[in-house]
Amino acid sequence: MAVDLEKILRPVDNPMPPFPAKHMKVASGEEMVIRQVTRDEIPSILQHVAPLVWVERDFYDVVAARVYAELLAYYAHRMQDEYVLVAQIDGELCAVVNGRMVNKDVGMSLHTLAMRRGLRIGAHAFAAKMEYHMDILGQKEVLVVAESPIGFRRWMLEYNLEKRFDVAHELGGVPSWALTRELFDKARDTLVVGRRPVPDELLAKAHEAILPPSDPPRPPDDLLAATRAKYDPTGTALVLQRWKQEGKV
Amino acid sequence: MTMRDVYVIGIGITSFTRLEFPLSEIAAYPAMMAMKDAGTREIDHLYVANMGGGRVNHQTGLASAVVDTLSLTPAGAETIENGPASGGSAVKTGYMAVASGLHDTVMVTGAERMREVNNLEATDFVATLTHPIAEHIYGVTLPSLAAMFTRLYMEKYGVTERHLAMVAVKNQNAALLNEFAHLHQRISIEGILDSPEAMTNNPYVAEPLRFFDCCPVSDGGACVILASEEVARKVGRPLVKLAGVGQATDTHAVHEREDPTDLLAVRRAAAMAFERAGLTPADVDVAELHDAFTILEIVESEECGFFPKGEGHLALERGETALGGKLPINVSGGLKGRGHPVGATGIAQAYEIVHQLRGEAGERQVKDARVGFTCNFGGFGNNVVCLTFKKED
Repeated sequence: MAVDLEKILRPVDNPMPPFPAKHMKVASGEEMVIRQVTRDEIPSILQHVAPLVWVERDFYDVVAARVYAELLAYYAHRMQDEYVLVAQIDGELCAVVNGRMVNKDVGMSLHTLAMRRGLRIGAHAFAAKMEYHMDILGQKEVLVVAESPIGFRRWMLEYNLEKRFDVAHELGGVPSWALTRELFDKARDTLVVGRRPVPDELLAKAHEAILPPSDPPRPPDDLLAATRAKYDPTGTALVLQRWKQEGKV
Repeated sequence: MTMRDVYVIGIGITSFTRLEFPLSEIAAYPAMMAMKDAGTREIDHLYVANMGGGRVNHQTGLASAVVDTLSLTPAGAETIENGPASGGSAVKTGYMAVASGLHDTVMVTGAERMREVNNLEATDFVATLTHPIAEHIYGVTLPSLAAMFTRLYMEKYGVTERHLAMVAVKNQNAALLNEFAHLHQRISIEGILDSPEAMTNNPYVAEPLRFFDCCPVSDGGACVILASEEVARKVGRPLVKLAGVGQATDTHAVHEREDPTDLLAVRRAAAMAFERAGLTPADVDVAELHDAFTILEIVESEECGFFPKGEGHLALERGETALGGKLPINVSGGLKGRGHPVGATGIAQAYEIVHQLRGEAGERQVKDARVGFTCNFGGFGNNVVCLTFKKED
């Protein structure tokens, strides 16, 4: 008897209501749209995530590698109940966030990957993700972890998250923190912003194409020098810099 | 006593950002650039400005490390720590060494590696400069001191949050033209003050100061090489004279000042720097002021004599302090946009002024600049160093 292995391997997603797109003005004065993307749009996002795997800074490498895997798994139907939101300015991809519905009461925040920095874009995208779990999926709490100190400041400290250290998070099995409905309601006025509906023109621009980030985080010019300097304070990096200045390397 | 004239013959700087290099190399790299700029390695003495090496980077005796890293031994070398005015103090000390005839050529380099620790620890480290009994034990930090000062200033002189935001926008956007600046994100008044999302984009750090009113925590280094006229003429770089230095102090605890809105150390240090140079504030074409918080640019622009007391914000409104205005201030981005690695800041200010007076500042060049000025503000105004520079033909 023939067995359709794909039917066994592919999870059957539970119905999840869509995230209604919203827009906001960021510190630069530009209008940013945050919207949910479909599976078909994932490949165009992956190509902008991939280069960040090589950015050994603020844990971009770890986060980008994991986001790449999670988005690819979503595209290939290998994740249960995942969703992906993107933040765009004039079509430009500025941030990607994703998460998962564990059950009707509990959400699992996966990642926040900001591609433009210094304008609180990642924080706005994270807030939209929490809004999706709380207001759209109607869940009671979301489990959160942070890979970087910046994430820790933005999530654990700004939202005053509760410890759920007895629950292993899906990201590496590390102890979880939790955003409860009460904490979310407290943060609602200060951290969760945005307006709906999104004007047609703005939304159309966002849907038209996912454009590459204009100024994404980049690896250091001289990875060798940077890496050695971390562990070898004897002058190697300086020598390399001097060689570079003199055109020897 | 007759003092010799002192000239800046070489300048160097690193990017201000997070640097993965050891502190001694952050100090050494701009020094190499400055020697390359000057075309000489003949250095008699080295002054290294740094505030946090011992506490933040677990490295003391920095000057000994730097002089050896640069292969400049057996030149004399010492570290100078004077809080956020360490850089200015080191330049002033180098000036004295050359002016007195003790040395012909001295290197003044400064460095800080503050991002080795997180922002909370960095803020705490800087707060150690406050009065230990009257301020620090109560949890005072520099942002909180600046916030109280700002509130008083607003009530007394009519400065508003919009004026603060105008400084933030001016300086952060100026930094877009500085390849070494820490912040390269354009901001707008609408985005940080007027839009429905502004309060989230730009939350209060210590009311009335918001996120974009505060300088970033930066790593970085900067260097100037000072020399006698004889050496300067031999080197052949454009002649920029360090024409005057001034330094003054004020009470350690801010509340002990008769009027806390008066920054008397700034006023006195600036007056001294002008008097010694034989110049007046009206002669200045470009200035770098210590805008660790946006309010400080406004107040220092008054205390240094550029505008009447209480009217700095009006000059800002008129666009006089922007590039192209009557007196461009912080065209490098200032501490707000270029960044603030504390020990390097005073030297980075001097770097920018020399760059400007040489006419090498590219897109941010102030047209026909001949006289420049810096104000390096230590503590909360309790130890201030001001410098005047003059281009000579």
